[in-house]
Amino acid sequence: MNRSQLSDFAANHSMLKDLDYSILQQCIHCGMCLPTCPTYDATKLEISSPRGRIALMRAVADGKLETSQTFAEEMYFCLGCLACETACPAGVNYNHLIETARVEVEHAGALDSVKRNLLRNFFLSWLFRSRWRLRFAARLLWFYQRLGIQALLRRSGAMKWLPKTWRDLEALTPTISDSFTSLDRVPALSSSRRVGLLIGCIQDVAFAHVNRDTIYVLEQNGCEIVLPLEQACCGSLHAHNGDLEGARAQARRNLDAFDVDLLDAIIINAAGCGSQMKHYDRLLENDPVYMQKAKVWSKKVRDITEYLVEIGFRKPQSDPASHGTALLAYHEACHLVHGQKISAQPKEILKSLPHYTWVELPEAAWCCGSAGIYNITHPDMATTLLERKISHIMSSGAHVLASANPGCTLQILAGLKKQGMNVRVEHPVSLLADAYRNE
Amino acid sequence: MDNRIVSRLTDLLGEDRVLTKPEDLLVYGYDATPMMHETPGCVLFPDSTEQIGAILRLANAERIAVVTRGSGTGLSGGSIPVPHCIVVCTVRMDRILEIDRANLTARVQPGVLTAKLDEAAKACGLFYPPDPGSIKISTIGGNVANNSGGLRGLKYGVTRDYVMALEVVLASGDILRTGTACMKDVAGYNLKDLFVSSQGTLGVITEILLRLVPKPASKRTLLATFPSIQAAAETVSSIIAEPIVPCTLEFLDRMTISCVEDYAHIGLPLDCEALLLMETDGHPLVTEEEARAMERIAREHGALQVQIAKDDFEAERLASARRSASPALARVAPTTILEDATVPRNRLAEMVTFIQKTAEKYQIRIGTFGHMGDGNLHPTFLTDERNTDEIHRVEQGFAEIFEKAIALGGTITGEHGVGLAKKRFLPALIGQVGLNVHREVKRAFDPNMILNPGKIFD
Ligand SMILES: Cc1cc2nc3c(=O)[nH]c(=O)nc-3n(C[C@H](O)[C@H](O)[C@H](O)COP(=O)(O)OP(=O)(O)OC[C@H]3O[C@@H](n4cnc5c(N)ncnc54)[C@H](O)[C@@H]3O)c2cc1C
Ligand code: SF4
Ligand code: SF4
Repeated sequence: MNRSQLSDFAANHSMLKDLDYSILQQCIHCGMCLPTCPTYDATKLEISSPRGRIALMRAVADGKLETSQTFAEEMYFCLGCLACETACPAGVNYNHLIETARVEVEHAGALDSVKRNLLRNFFLSWLFRSRWRLRFAARLLWFYQRLGIQALLRRSGAMKWLPKTWRDLEALTPTISDSFTSLDRVPALSSSRRVGLLIGCIQDVAFAHVNRDTIYVLEQNGCEIVLPLEQACCGSLHAHNGDLEGARAQARRNLDAFDVDLLDAIIINAAGCGSQMKHYDRLLENDPVYMQKAKVWSKKVRDITEYLVEIGFRKPQSDPASHGTALLAYHEACHLVHGQKISAQPKEILKSLPHYTWVELPEAAWCCGSAGIYNITHPDMATTLLERKISHIMSSGAHVLASANPGCTLQILAGLKKQGMNVRVEHPVSLLADAYRNE
Repeated sequence: MDNRIVSRLTDLLGEDRVLTKPEDLLVYGYDATPMMHETPGCVLFPDSTEQIGAILRLANAERIAVVTRGSGTGLSGGSIPVPHCIVVCTVRMDRILEIDRANLTARVQPGVLTAKLDEAAKACGLFYPPDPGSIKISTIGGNVANNSGGLRGLKYGVTRDYVMALEVVLASGDILRTGTACMKDVAGYNLKDLFVSSQGTLGVITEILLRLVPKPASKRTLLATFPSIQAAAETVSSIIAEPIVPCTLEFLDRMTISCVEDYAHIGLPLDCEALLLMETDGHPLVTEEEARAMERIAREHGALQVQIAKDDFEAERLASARRSASPALARVAPTTILEDATVPRNRLAEMVTFIQKTAEKYQIRIGTFGHMGDGNLHPTFLTDERNTDEIHRVEQGFAEIFEKAIALGGTITGEHGVGLAKKRFLPALIGQVGLNVHREVKRAFDPNMILNPGKIFD
């Protein structure tokens, strides 16, 4: 659909009105989600709480409220952290609601501006639609970082001529990996488990070593790993930004790339992607061609930590004399703990590591402010949350912080750097891989 | 709302403390009561007693209704706005002003969340017993204005039992201070008790002095299932006659048990009619002995199964059966209406049986659970607000349940308050004289009827 068709469509169509009303009605406005919502905590305003947002959505569905600019801004002020889902006694599917509300916002064009539309088209319809474009862009960034241009610019003070938002953005750009994930099939060393691995987009270009560590750990646990060349970005960026059609296109490409019937599981090591991939069934529920395959897919998607615990991963061995005392804490990525209710598994893996002493991170499940591209679109709120996270890391005394989502890792690294703190941030699977290598 | 009023309020509070956008007003239209919504004229966030005084002076002079709101978790519609009113929201007055370990008191602003106070007390080795299910988000101001209860009512009482003194802004804008930090105080009328459960109709509570108690050293938790409601009720009576005063004696009926099991998978037996969660706290030797005695009594009354938690983890698992009751029921139907009819303890079995018969008679679904120790039941109607025919039968059903509660010497609300939801049932309970006295008291405090008008009674 082009833009003018879209606005015709929007004029006599409302995604929220089309939504199964019982999903909205499920909210009994009890307020139990309020104290867990970071935007309510910061503002103490009902409109910035889950209960308030759902009430606005319901008012739109009831035809009592226009898709106004205030409505639209509020839908995007939400972090999508899903802490409210964990707190909700009534089982409200907030994720489904907020995704639908954002599609509504985009259809109505309530936030349209030339700049925003250009950026959206660049990221959603171009860059994140193709692995090769993304890798190409990442390679350019790599040149910028490795050829000393970045260092030169940072040192020369030229940065200060950039507008503040650009400077903040520059600080958040990931350090690009020297080489990306190799997409060759890895045969099993022993047993008969066969799994697919989705290599992600940010994970692939900025944390390719996490993918290599994932492959190594799976191998060590007797898995054959299939890495189809045609696999695509999971589509979460699209889904979280009101582009469900884009998200569906990405999902279909992945369903084509992986032969789900031949796999025991599809593994993912980025919390945000896993959360999205587990919902392909809902995303494609009205697609007669892909519906069935999507159901099987959703049943088989596993976060790497979830899968390792499920198959009874091999505990790393070590000589008690070499046991370290470095303090290890765990940051719970929203889309793992709230989005997928995975919390015990990564901790079980981390506590099995011989070289660390475990410490609790206060408010470990409170959003760090990364939230997809939220730290770019809402830098103030994101910074407040980041500072809160950093102060807890500091008070925990941790030397190493485990984080299972690349967005969180980037955000937290930027915060640590700003504070001049020397804390390593690693994916749990990388720490497990290290432990195996040191056996 | 009139621009002139808005600009005077903005002068008083500052621009960011006055909300007037339609989207903002819409989300202060509800509390946790089902099927109620009304749009206010503006929403204010004062942060001092003086500011509230100035707001009320203005409202009183201009005859504008004022509805006070905490976190909006009330279940009787107490903080539902009156059309075009001013909503005074207390959530920014959220400071714990003092915890006095010598006098065992806490002085707090009204917007302090109940759980925050409890945490602060625990950090000093003390304990604030009233624990409504909404403890993580309800405000102390709301707790006092509703006289909220919780799971520990039998042994520890309700919010009223902890309120020692109040600072209240009256409709005139004057500031009333009533009560002291003394355990004994008989100077003049006991005015502070008038404000407890007044639901914002007599004044705006701006500061509260609360009593704290030492934290009990240990706790034992038991769960028992019974073949009949009578057996569970008799167990409760015998425990109290023993005499043991457990801190918790909570009950679930068959319908609730099966919803809880569906939702939380605790491993509850489904072939029973009633379940009791029992807790005793205090000195370890005493709780040990009381737990054994409660187990014996339950078995003597034909309990099908009795489990005593071995450790905190297991205690938590057993207690989750009760804590899951309301969420588990909420998931079953689009609309849940949670009532709180209360009867004297010895009439409980009769009341529960009546509720089940009423459900059959009107072909509606009701799950009942509640605080068996203090006679406070929560018949929960599972329905759909869009099904007008069923809603009509639900209304007939709860009218009969309230009548029965009154006939048994009970009350129409044990802890949620009358608000809007139960207003029409109040006259039958308190009679014409009772109603007249209510009206006189209201007139004395609020002659222009600006404070939460239309709530509790007309
Ligand atoms: C999931 C859930 C569980 C619950 N469990 C329990 C329970 O176990 N026991 C129980 O008793 N209740 C329970 N409740 C009901 C409710 O939480 C309590 O009544 C609570 O005290 C309300 O607090 P609030 O801050 O939300 O007040 P609100 O709902 O905002 O206000 C309640 C009333 O108090 C008035 N008010 C608020 N603040 C002030 C003030 N400062 N001065 C004067 N008037 C004021 C309001 O006008 C209104 O009439 C539960 C509710 C929910 C949603
Ligand atoms: S997703 Fe996070 S920010 Fe959004 S409403 Fe829920 S808790 Fe609040
Ligand atoms: S906790 Fe769930 S039901 Fe309650 S207000 Fe929040 S979203 Fe609605």
